[in-house]
Amino acid sequence: MSLTRADVEKVSLLGRLLLTPAELERMTVQLGQVVDYMNLLAELDTEGVQPMAHAIELANVFRDDVVRPSLPREQALANAPQHDRECYLVPAVLGE
Amino acid sequence: MTAPYTTIIGLEIHVQLATASKLFCGCSTRFGAPPNTQTCQVCIGMPGVLPVMNRRAFELGLRTAVALNCQIAPFTKWDRKNYYYPDLPKGYQISQYDLPFSSEGWLDISDPKGKIEPRRVGIIRAHLEEDAGKSMHDEAAGQADSRIDLNRTGTPLLEIVSKPDMRSPAEAKAFLTELKLLLTYLGVSDCNMQEGSLRVDANVNLHVHTPDGNVPTPIVEIKNMNSFRAVERALAYEAERQWQVWQETGQRLGQVPKQTRGWDDQANVTRGQRHKEESSDYRYFPEPDLVPATVTAAEVEQVRAELGELPAALRTRLESTYGITPYDSDVLVNQGRELVAYFIALADGAGDGKAAANWLQQDVLRELNARDLSIDKFPVSAARLAELIALVKKGDIDHTRAREVVFVEMLSSGKSAADVLREKGIERVDESELEALARELLAANPKILADIKQGTTKAAGALIGQAKKRNPNISPNRLLEICLAIAPGM
Amino acid sequence: MTLLEKTATELLADLAAGRLSSAELVRACLEQIERHDGAVHAFLRVDSERALAQAKAIDERRARGDKLGPLGGLPVAIKDLLCDRDELCTCGSRMLENFRPPYDAAVIEKIKAADGVLLGRTNLDEFAMGGSTENSAFGPTCNPWDTTRIAGGSSGGAAACVAARMVPLSIGTDTGGSIRQPAGLCGVTGLKPTYGRVSRYGLVAFASSLDQIGPLAQSAEDAALLLEVIAGHDPRDSTSVPKEVPAYSKSVNKPLAGLRLGIAREHFAAGLDAEVERAVREAIKVYQSLGAKVVDISLPHGKYGVACYYVIAPSEASSNLARYDGVHYGHRTDVRIMSEALEAERAALEHGSAGRAAAEAAVAQLDTPLVRMYRQSRAEGFGPEVKRRIMLGTYALSAGYYDAYYLKALKVRRLIRQDYDTAFKDVDLIVGPVTSTPAFKIGEKSDDPLAMYLVDLYTVSANLAGVGGIVVPCGQSNGLPIGLQLQAPPFEEERLLRAAAMYQRETDWHRRAPTLA
Repeated sequence: MSLTRADVEKVSLLGRLLLTPAELERMTVQLGQVVDYMNLLAELDTEGVQPMAHAIELANVFRDDVVRPSLPREQALANAPQHDRECYLVPAVLGE
Repeated sequence: MTAPYTTIIGLEIHVQLATASKLFCGCSTRFGAPPNTQTCQVCIGMPGVLPVMNRRAFELGLRTAVALNCQIAPFTKWDRKNYYYPDLPKGYQISQYDLPFSSEGWLDISDPKGKIEPRRVGIIRAHLEEDAGKSMHDEAAGQADSRIDLNRTGTPLLEIVSKPDMRSPAEAKAFLTELKLLLTYLGVSDCNMQEGSLRVDANVNLHVHTPDGNVPTPIVEIKNMNSFRAVERALAYEAERQWQVWQETGQRLGQVPKQTRGWDDQANVTRGQRHKEESSDYRYFPEPDLVPATVTAAEVEQVRAELGELPAALRTRLESTYGITPYDSDVLVNQGRELVAYFIALADGAGDGKAAANWLQQDVLRELNARDLSIDKFPVSAARLAELIALVKKGDIDHTRAREVVFVEMLSSGKSAADVLREKGIERVDESELEALARELLAANPKILADIKQGTTKAAGALIGQAKKRNPNISPNRLLEICLAIAPGM
Repeated sequence: MTLLEKTATELLADLAAGRLSSAELVRACLEQIERHDGAVHAFLRVDSERALAQAKAIDERRARGDKLGPLGGLPVAIKDLLCDRDELCTCGSRMLENFRPPYDAAVIEKIKAADGVLLGRTNLDEFAMGGSTENSAFGPTCNPWDTTRIAGGSSGGAAACVAARMVPLSIGTDTGGSIRQPAGLCGVTGLKPTYGRVSRYGLVAFASSLDQIGPLAQSAEDAALLLEVIAGHDPRDSTSVPKEVPAYSKSVNKPLAGLRLGIAREHFAAGLDAEVERAVREAIKVYQSLGAKVVDISLPHGKYGVACYYVIAPSEASSNLARYDGVHYGHRTDVRIMSEALEAERAALEHGSAGRAAAEAAVAQLDTPLVRMYRQSRAEGFGPEVKRRIMLGTYALSAGYYDAYYLKALKVRRLIRQDYDTAFKDVDLIVGPVTSTPAFKIGEKSDDPLAMYLVDLYTVSANLAGVGGIVVPCGQSNGLPIGLQLQAPPFEEERLLRAAAMYQRETDWHRRAPTLA
């Protein structure tokens, strides 16, 4: 088995998901199957093959350094779950 | 006795580039706006938005890297650095990982006062990335929440990483000073540390000298240093702290995880910061929303050609062309490109580099500091000041009066030196007149004459005041010379 | 023929001739939705007032003699994944249930400017992750041909609403087959453009290097009309290609002479349903009867496509979805309840029997309130498939696995692209099935993610390579539609549309509509 429950637990913290013990159990099995399937890739010899991160061959796409209007603050904050008149609010950020 | 260890220091500098708009959107980068008034869907990272690279930011980065003698990569790409923090709205920072646009440069540091040895500090890389926002927490007010301001989010940053080539806090400070000067000359950043335009982190450890050779101690990263002075003090503190830890534990590099410590400027100590193991797994991968950039050798040469004269070359030129000391050239160059231009015009106009340097440092800089002016606002042009220096050289006016009377008048009235001289009736006193006056004074003061004859030449100084009363235009130095010359024959 | 059985092109002619008003057409659509969407659930939201107001405004302008845009009052349905400043954009997720974007997607701007009427927002797999629309937080979309079966996905709503003749045109998105597969399963025409052809600005990202927006419609002619409106360069999307947009709607009915069709032997291997194979081979015969030449080709790396795709897409997704953290928008857990739970956990650890040192170590590992807020909010806001993919992508990018999975997949991706480049030296189009079977039963594969992923076998390669593809209905099996997929070299959408239209002039599969109760 390629994936352990501890792996899955660690990944859940990295990906900021809280999984119940039952979810963790199920996820370990399901992800394990998928990861095993992905190991199919290992059988291919890719020596000397350039990785392909984009499906297009574009380069040097830039914009001019021109200031454009920002969003009115009310609009910027409108979708925030918690905010005051000026800022987004989150549980205290302390030495993190 | 030699020190029991060598301090090894590398620096990481984040510089905000002087663009008008952010790295990936058109929001202004202006400092000090009310919270969350300089954001848009792109820099807030709203669902569906895409970044588009600011050309100017790339150009400013390129200019800096070339000036730092870096290799410029012909092909560069952007990557995502993934981590969660409330001031990072996308959950990732667009940065550069394995193919930064520049690497392998250097910056020379030295100190004309001789506090440090000249040294070439290597630059590992310089890359472009976006800034995060700010989280504010008022513990004193007992707030349960932190407040997030995203105005700064997406401001273009250049991250410059030095090699661990510095060997003392003073060298680190010298490196930062020289780097800041270079950035200022290049016009790529305002380098304002108070506003966060220039931020410094340091990596430091010790190489402890033991009979079995040098032993490296664990590397510590120091953050939260808000001035170059703070960097110097934090590094000094940290070296001493690590030495204590070494003596207590004997821990070597690799035996404990890398630690991050924050500098407390009030308490003058570094403190360990909370650090979870997983938080350093940034899962970098190529940013799919941005395409790569390419730079040709010809483009690099073009950038190099347009750099202008940089501080190190300028110091050398001022010393060789104008015969000024390394100390003087350092002072002048450190004042910036505009002041150097003023100096060159002054030295050329007056035909005397040394005098120009003295006038600039003693009179012009004092006045600029007192009035909090920049050189372009200085009321006396280089040409007019050069005229005054020339008059002093010619002997039409003595140096002290030139400074205290004429220069002061030029500053307030904006008039030329010649005009001030004319208005104040200042004119050269010819030699025969001076000699007649000298004879008269010596004759009237037999005690002084006798003293001079006996070799107490400084006794002649007492005549200056009387001479000035008789004729304020006399040159005191010349009068003294004449007194000493004629006294033996009287 | 009833009004809604007409194609968009036919309706546009009626509108232009004054035989029909946009308001009448919109009303007819709304009635059809009212009648049948309870069973199909293609739409998440329909804003009838806004749609009617838009339609009336367009009718008035037409009456005044104003020149109208190319959509001239035709209604368009939008997958609920594109930002529209006048709409919510839920992405089929609890996370964004109340999210109202402050801006318009490029495609929305273009449709508005072209005088399309924005009829409503269609259902999808949450954040477009899925192939059945069962992963919508708001319930699945059912196949109009058999409502016990899936509509396909992730653009299930977008395909089903056209199939059920609720709207003539709809916008979908395709990251690994999400336009083509539901088009095939619902019996409509769907086109995934070349990567870079249509601006992604305002499309909520699933996997940024694979996502493309495209049209779904009854016919290739209709798809050409809509593609012509939405395609083109956009300076706000760095991956949008600055290339002229051909007048697809003008050329779509010109037949292609001397067409060379490539048949990849890998597309007809074990696992392909016999009925599907038969229908596809019949369709190829139609092309042959029109003078096309058939060439046997090989896409040798196609079999790695699914593995490659399920590394790359979740990796990008894990990063794209990091922004949903309950801070700036979207769902946030009830922080008070969360804090109490966290305190209880701490207390339990401190008073546990493990001993003081162990208890302290365990407490140190406990989430901070901020981290717990993130984790709890995301746990509540995302459904199981989205969580799986975030986990998968996070794993594939994490230290120690990057080279074996992500980097390896990028290299395999290059090989897949090279397969296409090689094949297109000898053929103009690649023709084959879009799915191995017709629509399966709702719930049939819910507990088997891997089986679900393998459904994408014939579609993911086009996204990995960045090439375009079109699907047209080409037959039925037990009353369920079967789709034919054509793939073309990059930026040859015109060829795809003309080839599809050639076929549709000879057949009437695309004119067949399901009988709805």
